[in-house]
Amino acid sequence: MKKVLLSNPLILIGFAIIASILLLAFLAPLIAPYDPDAIDVKSILLAPSVQHWMGTDGLGRDVFSRMLYGARISLLVGFVAVGISTIIGIILGAIAGFYRGWVDTFIMRLVDVMLSIPTFFLILAVIAFLSPSIWNIMIVIGLTSWMGVTRLVRAEFLSLRNREFVLATQTLGAKDARLIFTHLLPNSLTPIIVSSILGIASAVLLESGLSFLGLGVQAPQASWGNILTDGKEYIQFAWWLSLFPGLAILITVLGYNLLGDGLRDAYNPRSNQR
Amino acid sequence: MFFNRLFLAIFRARENHRPASRMDTGSQSIANEDGCIPRFFFYFSRAVFAWLSLSFCLVLSACNNANEATINIDYSQAAQPQEGGTLIDASVGEPSGLIAMTAGESAASAIASNIFNSLLKYDKKLDLTGELAQSWEVSPDKKTITFHLKPNLKWADGKALTSEDVLFTWQKVTDDNTRTPYGADYKLVIKAETPDANTFRVTYEAPYAPALDSWAGLHILPKHLLKDQDINTTAFKRNPVGSHYYKLESWKNNQHLTLTRNANATQGQARINKLITRIIPDKASQFLELSADNIDMMGLNPIQYSRVLPARKELSKNMGLYKELGNGYTYMGFNLKRKPFDDVRVRQAINYAINKQEIIDGVLLGLGEPIASPYKPGTRWSNPALKPYSYDPEKARQLLKEAGFSDSNADGILEKDGKPFSFEILTNQNKEREMSAVLIQRRLKEVGIEVNIRALEWASFLGRFIEPREFDAVILGWGLGLEPDQYGMWHSSQQAPKQFNFISYNNPKVDTLLEAGRLELNPDKRQMIYHQLAEILLEDSPIIYLYAGYGLTAVHKRVHGIDSPAPPAGIGHNTHEWYIPSQYARNEISEH
Amino acid sequence: MLKYLVKRIFWMIPMMIGISLISFFIMHLAPGDITTTEANFNPKASQESRQKLRELYNLDKPVIVQYGLWLKRIATLDFGTSFASHQRPVFWQTKDKEGNVTLGMIQEALPITLLINVLSLLLIILIALPLGVVAALKQNQLPDRTITLFVFIGFAIPGFWLALMLMYWTGVQHNWLPISGLNSIGYERMPWLAQQIDTLKHLALPIFISAITGLAGIALFVRNGMLDVLNQDYITTARSKGLSENRVIYGHALRNALLPLVTIFGLSIPGLIGGSVIAESIFAIPGMGKLFIDAVNMRDFPVIMGILTIGALLTLLGNLLADIMYAWADPRVRRGVAQ
Repeated sequence: MKKVLLSNPLILIGFAIIASILLLAFLAPLIAPYDPDAIDVKSILLAPSVQHWMGTDGLGRDVFSRMLYGARISLLVGFVAVGISTIIGIILGAIAGFYRGWVDTFIMRLVDVMLSIPTFFLILAVIAFLSPSIWNIMIVIGLTSWMGVTRLVRAEFLSLRNREFVLATQTLGAKDARLIFTHLLPNSLTPIIVSSILGIASAVLLESGLSFLGLGVQAPQASWGNILTDGKEYIQFAWWLSLFPGLAILITVLGYNLLGDGLRDAYNPRSNQR
Repeated sequence: MFFNRLFLAIFRARENHRPASRMDTGSQSIANEDGCIPRFFFYFSRAVFAWLSLSFCLVLSACNNANEATINIDYSQAAQPQEGGTLIDASVGEPSGLIAMTAGESAASAIASNIFNSLLKYDKKLDLTGELAQSWEVSPDKKTITFHLKPNLKWADGKALTSEDVLFTWQKVTDDNTRTPYGADYKLVIKAETPDANTFRVTYEAPYAPALDSWAGLHILPKHLLKDQDINTTAFKRNPVGSHYYKLESWKNNQHLTLTRNANATQGQARINKLITRIIPDKASQFLELSADNIDMMGLNPIQYSRVLPARKELSKNMGLYKELGNGYTYMGFNLKRKPFDDVRVRQAINYAINKQEIIDGVLLGLGEPIASPYKPGTRWSNPALKPYSYDPEKARQLLKEAGFSDSNADGILEKDGKPFSFEILTNQNKEREMSAVLIQRRLKEVGIEVNIRALEWASFLGRFIEPREFDAVILGWGLGLEPDQYGMWHSSQQAPKQFNFISYNNPKVDTLLEAGRLELNPDKRQMIYHQLAEILLEDSPIIYLYAGYGLTAVHKRVHGIDSPAPPAGIGHNTHEWYIPSQYARNEISEH
Repeated sequence: MLKYLVKRIFWMIPMMIGISLISFFIMHLAPGDITTTEANFNPKASQESRQKLRELYNLDKPVIVQYGLWLKRIATLDFGTSFASHQRPVFWQTKDKEGNVTLGMIQEALPITLLINVLSLLLIILIALPLGVVAALKQNQLPDRTITLFVFIGFAIPGFWLALMLMYWTGVQHNWLPISGLNSIGYERMPWLAQQIDTLKHLALPIFISAITGLAGIALFVRNGMLDVLNQDYITTARSKGLSENRVIYGHALRNALLPLVTIFGLSIPGLIGGSVIAESIFAIPGMGKLFIDAVNMRDFPVIMGILTIGALLTLLGNLLADIMYAWADPRVRRGVAQ
């Protein structure tokens, strides 16, 4: 593991970024200097200063504290949404890859159908129709992102299926479920992990996009997306409302991508040896 | 977003081709007759990339029109009223058509109001005066109104505008096949006649006080162009012919509409030659366009008005800032069919618990006023003797105690009959309402009431919560016309699912007053009726008035002739008298 | 080959029906409909008129009946007219009895979105190709790391944030580019060349932002493809035969690595018609994304279904095209089929 991390400095950077963000989010209640919901009508839109490291927003709330709690929300959305899509993807992909036949065809056609509907439009429509609460957002993102995982799992199962150890285990009389869970899945884990990491990054970006359209996490909860959106009509003046959340999203998504892609590279060596 | 899907596409493509390459190990080499093509392609792509970047930079530098020359102009130097110039403003939405009776959205009515006339209009002091009509009489039994049109009125295409057109318009708005939501007022007319080309007479079944206001809001349409058309789908709505200061010159879908002066305008000539409305859906982009001097005017939010522009001197020195009391108010309404909102003490307690000045200071940065009656302050309908509920949390707690609430388990939340006092406030995705909800939530917490907030998309809000009356409390606003009748909002007969007394208010005294107000044509007597109405509503507190916000506008200083400070009708009442001195006018072709 | 094609096309029909069914039902999940949104919550709106409207649009019938009616119209390629825009045709223009042409909504929005997406895709490929190749050749060294970092930063930037900042910098602080809109006010009076330049200036920022955020995908794809190929035996063979390094890389490796890029074109066809809702809102560009979000907000069912259907059709066609193109472009498959 350490060898993997050290092999590529980009993985290290990604890992460091993610670890620090997770730490900050986790320690938010301890570090935050103010209550993120504490309104102070006399301190509206103050620039960053010693009292308010990242300034205040339109209701006088401290932006730094809101950013810390916002980290929790943004990461929560990422984890739960990806969790949902990964579970669905694993189940469907395993069934399709293992059993083949018409089950496989049906599931792949379902994947094709889901991919044919423009995903972002679908998410938009569904969240607009239900109410934009944090749970709805997580569920909807999860329900529209499982297709990639399904394909990956299926591809891995297809290739592993024909390996000797599978045939051996089957000869020994192992039941299907045992085969899937104890042997095939663990060997397919790497692409799943990579895809999950990249999925979290996309979910964070998606949440900020939804906030822009007013369909993200709702007031008074803080999320990076809605702090950014609140300040968009006065970026020339309250630059701190745009800069900090924007940078936070950028760095977090970057971190996840570096880690995910780096891991994929490390486990799929394509060394260009001369 | 598209490129996230591309990622997925890449996954798929790799999955397709990887098995092939695995099976491929050891097979013969790929035929490569000519190694030059891929190399050529590679260098070619580099060349194209270099060329693109170079031309990108050239394009950038080529249109670096120096703005420096304009920065030092003093736009406010006095100049004589003159004709000419172009005024550019922005709209968030695109009109669906320019026939106001079928296209009700604000984007449409704003532009259509420059093209069409009504029989009457409101002057700067908000009194009714004639627009197409030069005079009118109400019969002694108060059921008939006779309008006398001004002589020699013409449409923009030169044809005469007569009472036939008015009759035609009335027939259309009351026609069941016309897709208009605004027909109700006009359907109360039982007889409409045109004794001669310049007279139009309507008879109502009973005296109807809001009638004159309804005739100030009906755009008169040309019979000669519409008589064979289906008014819902006619091409006229995108190519209208009206009679007011301007006519439509061009409409580029979803981009901009251009109006130009109508030589046959019934009200005389406006000064500014062209009005251009650009469709810019995002307010942040609009503000950037204003800052770059690509549009001349824009409605501002309180922060832009009082913080951003004053802080950016180079932006604001050429910008005139105007504020006027808006035509509406924001309120929190209760679902009176749900406990405990059916108890007047609870409603009053919540009224005392909310600090309205704090909301005005926090949400509007002070740019608004508290109100105590459902009318625009300063108009005759607003009762000056009434004072809003003060901020008095002690009184609130006392009233709640009288209503039977107490904190038996000392968790900070009041209970009654074992149930904690907690409810949900719904609002739509309007920043100011959301912020008000947050402040209310905090203040109610202090007296022991727990509140959740939910902001919903508009159509869902109406469809799933308002219409089936599935809500506890809402924060919404009413846009007020100049007509004081509020029958639809408060009368007990208007509680059916799609009607507007959605808070389910039922007060016989209020019903009587509302009915009387519709029949009373004498303004002074009417005023007393509505003052009394306001008094009862304040006492009863079915809704809590939060504030009446100011309308904040920025207009570039090149536009002269604006009436400031704004009269009761707002700065928009005399746009036809605004002018742009030629030395400040835009050069049309070169702007972005 | 032919049998495969026929089978694929045959499968498209039930899939299209499946997609349209799912879309239709999701759409009807929506609370409220056009009659809710149109009257705009005006107390002067009357109930009878709204009821009439519902009947006119068949909104009072059960959902499955409405779906059947829609399916029947689609079978004749009639996408219907929009509820919200007073019966503008959804897809293609119509002429009324006086010869007035009303343009279709998708007809107007689609070319704009296509233009932006195609130009953006071209820009991406032009930049990503060299970047990917360099990254592959210098794997695990500084150029590779920097390029990877650079493209990921591009991917990670929230698009609208970058958009607002660039609009401010290029439009307000310096007068380099227009801030929003598709064309300038005096567009019709410009000569042809000036018109093209004007459009390009307005689209420069949206294309640039779309390219920056999409760069990562293709750059990495090229890089990984190259690496895959460079590990193949035939490359070693080529080198051991004494071929020059340039010839190995460009003559053999790149050519094969680019093969799947061909399929990328096919697969990106459906993406080309999906406008970015956010970018179009910020830049005031009247494309498919804006059309869609407006339709959703107004519950304009015919337009929503029109967009989703055309999107689905293009996706299926795009996939088919991609597979065909790949099969044709890859000589192994081509030869295998011929045998």
